[in-house]
Amino acid sequence: MKAKVHVTLKNGVLDPQGKAVGHALEALGFDGVGDVRQGKYIEIDLADTDADGAKARVEDMCQKLLANTVIENYAIEIEA
Amino acid sequence: MRAAVIVFPGSNRERDMRLALGGSFGEDPVMVWHRDTDLPKVDLIVLPGGFSYGDYLRAGAMAAHSPVLREVKARADAGVHVLGVCNGFQILTETGLLPGALMRNADLRFVCRDVHLKVERADTAFTGGFRAGDVLRCPVAHHDGNYFADAGTLDALEGEGRVAVRYCDETGAPTVAANPNGSQRNIAGIYNERLNVLGMMPHPEDAVHPLLGGLGGKPLFDGMAAGIGDAA
Repeated sequence: MKAKVHVTLKNGVLDPQGKAVGHALEALGFDGVGDVRQGKYIEIDLADTDADGAKARVEDMCQKLLANTVIENYAIEIEA
Repeated sequence: MRAAVIVFPGSNRERDMRLALGGSFGEDPVMVWHRDTDLPKVDLIVLPGGFSYGDYLRAGAMAAHSPVLREVKARADAGVHVLGVCNGFQILTETGLLPGALMRNADLRFVCRDVHLKVERADTAFTGGFRAGDVLRCPVAHHDGNYFADAGTLDALEGEGRVAVRYCDETGAPTVAANPNGSQRNIAGIYNERLNVLGMMPHPEDAVHPLLGGLGGKPLFDGMAAGIGDAA
């Protein structure tokens, strides 16, 4: 199965990169662009066969390495 | 007094650090490659600057989970002194030995210039070569030096005297203009609770000789020779 992990900055943590991307979009003439937040997307192929077990393991991976929980949140999707 | 410098793939200030340590300690530090499994018994462990593992994922994240860091963590928990500079500071926050995180500089630019730092206290094993309130000059060179922690952590750091150095102007005032990277409360370096772990973004090891443009960092190394050497 495959795990898809989104890592994003927590609310309240300033994101200067997202801000710069937002300004660039405005400069390109895109109207109505609000707050832009930039994050990371990680795909992991897993040998697991049980979705719940896989999710628990990826959760552990996020806590230990994939996200810095001081500043980042993560969301996990498991695909069969 | 014996020191060890941990070298990762991508470290690049380890030789500057070696010279600075040797110059003040009178003994050449042991250089320990990150894959070496036995770390010799030393009084001080130093994590130098650079771009360990190419800053993959997050600056310091990969090095923080390397086998040698488990040993560094165990030694720090046992009271051995640990100094992390620049990438070394990033690694210390990623391991959880120090609180907070180092984020991308607020203006998104790599910053490489001299800064002034105010030494908050002189009564630690690291800072005996200074007087409290001293202002020193040394370089910074980083892309991810923007210190972040939640308000509760920042208040705790300040309340417990764990802010080591702050970006300031020549007179010691922590102004916005003197802050090179957007760090909260102008924080440039912090201690752990026991005051045996110090992490800082600026490079004192690159200000230990007049040929390098100044001696601003020298009292740190002289102070450690006395402060840590005596305790050892």
